[in-house]
Amino acid sequence: MKVERESKRILVTGYIVIIAFLFLIMRLWQLQILHGSKYRELSEANRLRIMTIPAPRGILYDRNSIPLVRNSSYYFVSITPGEFDKGKVNLLSKVLNMPVKEILEKIDKKGIGPFTPIRLKQGLSFQEVAYIESRRSDFPGLIIEVEVSREYIYGSIGSHIIGYLGKPNLYQSKDPLFSNVPPDTFIGQWGAEMLFDKSLRGIPGERVIEVDSLGREIRLLTEKQPVKGEDIKLSLDINLQKAAEDAFGERVGALVAVKTNTGEVLGLVSKPSFDPNLFARGISYDEWISLIRDNNRPMLNRALQSQYPPGSVFKIITAIAGLEEGLIKPETKVNCRGGINYGRWHFGCWRKEGHGVLSLHKAIVESCDVYFYEVGKLLGIDRIYNYASSFGLGKETGFKLVNEKKGIIPNTKWKKEKKRQPWYLGETFNTAIGQGYLAVTPIQMAVMTGAIANGGNLYQPTLIKDAAAVLSGKARANLETLDIIKKSLFGVVNESGGTGWAAKSQLTSIGGKTGTAQVVAMKYGSGYLPEKFRDHAWFVAFAPVEKPEIALSVFVEHGGHGGGAAAPIAKSAIEGYLKNQKSEIQDPKIKEKN
Amino acid sequence: MFNIDRRFIKNFDWITLSVVTIIIFIGVMTIYSATRPLVDGEGPGFYARQTVWFLIGIAGLFLVVSFDYIWLSRFSVYLYLAGIVSLIAVFIFGKAGLGAQRWISFGPLSFQPSEFFKVVYVIMLSHQLSIMNGPVSTISFFRLFFLIVFVPFILLLKQPDLGTALVILIIFLSLMLARGLQRKIVILFVIIGLISLPFLGNIFWEGLKDYQKNRLIAFMEPGVDPTGIGYHITQSKITVGSGKFFGKGYLKGTQGPFRFLPEKHTDFIYAAFAEEWGFLGSILLLFFYVVLILRGLNTAMNAKDDFGRYLALGITFMFLTYFFVNVGMTLGVMPVVGIPLPFMSYGGTALLSNLLSLGILISIRTRRFELFH
Repeated sequence: MKVERESKRILVTGYIVIIAFLFLIMRLWQLQILHGSKYRELSEANRLRIMTIPAPRGILYDRNSIPLVRNSSYYFVSITPGEFDKGKVNLLSKVLNMPVKEILEKIDKKGIGPFTPIRLKQGLSFQEVAYIESRRSDFPGLIIEVEVSREYIYGSIGSHIIGYLGKPNLYQSKDPLFSNVPPDTFIGQWGAEMLFDKSLRGIPGERVIEVDSLGREIRLLTEKQPVKGEDIKLSLDINLQKAAEDAFGERVGALVAVKTNTGEVLGLVSKPSFDPNLFARGISYDEWISLIRDNNRPMLNRALQSQYPPGSVFKIITAIAGLEEGLIKPETKVNCRGGINYGRWHFGCWRKEGHGVLSLHKAIVESCDVYFYEVGKLLGIDRIYNYASSFGLGKETGFKLVNEKKGIIPNTKWKKEKKRQPWYLGETFNTAIGQGYLAVTPIQMAVMTGAIANGGNLYQPTLIKDAAAVLSGKARANLETLDIIKKSLFGVVNESGGTGWAAKSQLTSIGGKTGTAQVVAMKYGSGYLPEKFRDHAWFVAFAPVEKPEIALSVFVEHGGHGGGAAAPIAKSAIEGYLKNQKSEIQDPKIKEKN
Repeated sequence: MFNIDRRFIKNFDWITLSVVTIIIFIGVMTIYSATRPLVDGEGPGFYARQTVWFLIGIAGLFLVVSFDYIWLSRFSVYLYLAGIVSLIAVFIFGKAGLGAQRWISFGPLSFQPSEFFKVVYVIMLSHQLSIMNGPVSTISFFRLFFLIVFVPFILLLKQPDLGTALVILIIFLSLMLARGLQRKIVILFVIIGLISLPFLGNIFWEGLKDYQKNRLIAFMEPGVDPTGIGYHITQSKITVGSGKFFGKGYLKGTQGPFRFLPEKHTDFIYAAFAEEWGFLGSILLLFFYVVLILRGLNTAMNAKDDFGRYLALGITFMFLTYFFVNVGMTLGVMPVVGIPLPFMSYGGTALLSNLLSLGILISIRTRRFELFH
C-alpha cells in the first residue's frame, strides 16, 4: 500500500521531469533558432576587432612639382596595463618626464581591458623616443608607436591656399560624404586640403584581428591595405608666393596672381596668415581663440573676402568705356588745373598744382584725376557700370576657396534701391576715379587685369595646374582699345613721371596701374597721417607686356600710395615667378643680349 | 558480501552506465575544446586530468556496485559524522577560491568535502526514512530537519557554497514529499511560507554575499550592465544562441577559448557544448540526462527495500537538481548558482562522487530481484 503510493508519486515526478525537459527544449529553440542569428553576430563582435589603417594622404605639389606638404611621422608612447609592473611607476615617470599621478590616472582608467594599450604621451621628438627606446627593456608593456601627421613645409607661406586639416566637426561627422572616414582621422578644413579632400583622402585599409576577452590579440584574420590618396599638383607657384609674402613683410593686405590665359592661380597672399602646422596635430583651444580674436584677423582671406574702393586702378575701366563708346580718342586732351568745380563743390586732382594739358596716355601714366572726371561726366554712371560689370566687377569670380565677397559697382538703380536717393553727378566724378561707393576684392582686380592682358577673356580662377580654362565672361573691349590701355600701363611703370615706377623690373617688362583707396576724405599728404588713417594702396600689374603670362593685383591696407607700397610687392612676385619660368617666358631684353 | 555471478552480470544496469559514459566522453571533448590554447605554449591539460579522474571514478563505481548497498545503511551514521567533520575541516585547513572556501589540499591534490558530503547525506537521510513508520508527523519532520539538514546547511552557507546548500535542502524536501507527509504539515508549511515569505526573503537577501546578490539582480535584469554583473548570463546566452541549428562545429567555438564565457569548462560547460553542436546536439545531450534521471526513478520504483528506494530516489533527485539548475542557469531561466553539471563539468571530486553515487544507484538496480537478507 505504502510502496504503491510512493510509486505513484515517483511516476508523477517522472512526468514533471519530461515536462521540464520539453521546457528546456523550448528555451533552446528560442535562443538558438529564433534569436540564433543575433547571438551569432554578438559572438563574432566579441571575438573580432576591426582596426582601420589610415590611408596616407595625397601630397600637394606646387606647379613646378615642389612638394608643399609632407606626411611626417610623430611618436607616441602607450602602455599595456596588464603587462606593466606598477612598482616601476616612479622610474617610468622619470624616463617619460611625466608626473606619477598622471600615469597612474591613465592606467587605472575603468572600463578598459588590461591588454588594451593606453596612450600615455604623444607628440614626442626623435631624441625623446631614442632615450625611451634605450630604457624600454625596463618596462614590459611599454609600446612606442608611430602616427602620421601632416607637415606644412613652408609654414605660414601659402597657408590660405594650402589650408589645413582638422577633426570632422559635428555636421561633417553626420554627413554621408565623410561616412568612409575613420573616426579620429583629420579631414581638410581649409584651402586646397578642403577643396580636394575627397581625392587626397584615399581609402583606409582594415585589419581584422581575433582578440580574447582581455583584448589580447590572438591572430590576424584579414588585412586590406589602404589606398594612398591622390597627389595633386596645384597651380600655385611657391617661389612667387614666397617672394610675395617676403615683400609684404609685416604689412596687412592681399595679393592674387593668375595666369592670364587660363585663370590658374599662381599665388594668393592674405596677410597676416597663420601657420597650418598648428592644426596638424589638433589645435588647442587657446591657440584657436587667439587666432580668431586677433585684431588683424589672420583667418580672414583678404584676397576674396575684403572689399575696398579700387582707387585709380578703376581709371582703366573709365578709359576703356570712354574709348569703346567713342566719347574720347587717345589724342583727346584735357587741361588739368589741379581740379574742377561742379556747383558748390570742388573736385581736386591728387596733384594740386595740376598736370597741365595731357592726352589719355599721359593721363593714365600720371593718373590725372581731372582727365577722368571729364570722361566720367561724358559717360554717366550707368555706362561706367556696364563696362565695370563686363570686367567681372560686382560679382563673384567663381573661385571656390572660401565664400567670396561680390563688391559693389553703383549705378542709378542701385542708389535708388539701397539709398533711396537719386544719383548725383558728383558721385559719377568720384566713381570715375575709383572712389565713392565702389568696392572690389583683390581677386576681382586680378581677373580684370588678366582680361586686359589677354584680350578681354575673363577666366574663372582655379587651383589645379593645367586645368581646362573656364571662361566666365567676355569684357566689353576690343583688342585695339586694350592695346592702347596696355601701352599706357607699360608707361605707368616704365615712363618718367609714371606712378608705378617702383614696379619697374630689369628682368621683364611690367605694365601696371596704381590705386589709392581713401580711408578719410582728405587730400593731403597721407604719409604724415597715423597708420590707421592712411589710405589703402592698390597695384595691378601684368607681365611681360608683349606677351602677357601673369596678371596680379596687390592690396596693402593703410599702405599709403599704391605706387609706393604695393608696386614693389608686385615686382617681387613677378620676378619670383620668372625665376622658374625663364624657359617659358622669353624676356625681350635677355634675348637682345643673346 | 561479494556476490558477483552470471545473474549479477545479467542484471547489471548497462544502460545507465553507457549513458553516463557517453556524457563523460562528451564532457571531456568539450573541456578539451573550451580550454584549447589559442597561442602555443599555453593551456593546462584539463581534459587529461578529467580523464584520469574518470578512470579512478569508474574503478570506484565497480567497487561500490560489488558491495551490497545494505552495508551503507549500517554505517550511515558514521559516514554522515565523517562528512560533517570534513565540512568543518574546510574552515580550518581549507583554501579559498573565487571568494569561497571550499577545498582542502593534500599536496598537489585538492579535495572538495561538500562533494563527498552530499553522498553520505543522502545515505543518512534514506536510512532515517527507511526506519520510520507511517506518514511523517510534524515532530519527526522537524526532528529530521534539525538532526540531519540544519547543521550542514549552515556550514555550507558559511563556506559559502550556496549551490550545494540549496541542493541538500531540495533533496530533503523532495524525499519528504515522496515519503508522504501528513496533510496538515503540508498545509502548515504553505501558510507559514506565505506569511513569512517577505521576512524570509529579507533575511535571506541580507545574508547573501555581494556577488550572490549581484547574480540575482543580473538574473532579473541581465541587460543592466552586460560587462558587469549580468556578464555571465549575457555571455552564456550569446554562447548558446550563436550555435544556431547545427552549431559552429567541434573545435570551432570561440566564446570559451577566447575567454568571453566565464567558467567555460566548469559551470558553463553546457553553453560551450551548445555553441559547437547547436540545437540538435543540445537536445541530444538533454535526452541522455533525461534517460539517466528516468532510469533512476525507475530504479527507485523497483528497489527491493525501503532503504534502496529512498537512496535511489535521493541520488536521482540530486542529479536532477544539479542538472536542471545548471542547464537552467546556462539558458538564462534561473539565477547563476555556482553548481556544476554532473558528469560534464571539469572537477575531480565532483566526478568521483557522482560516479560513486551512480555506483550505488546501479547497485540498487542490479540487486532488485535479490531476496531480503
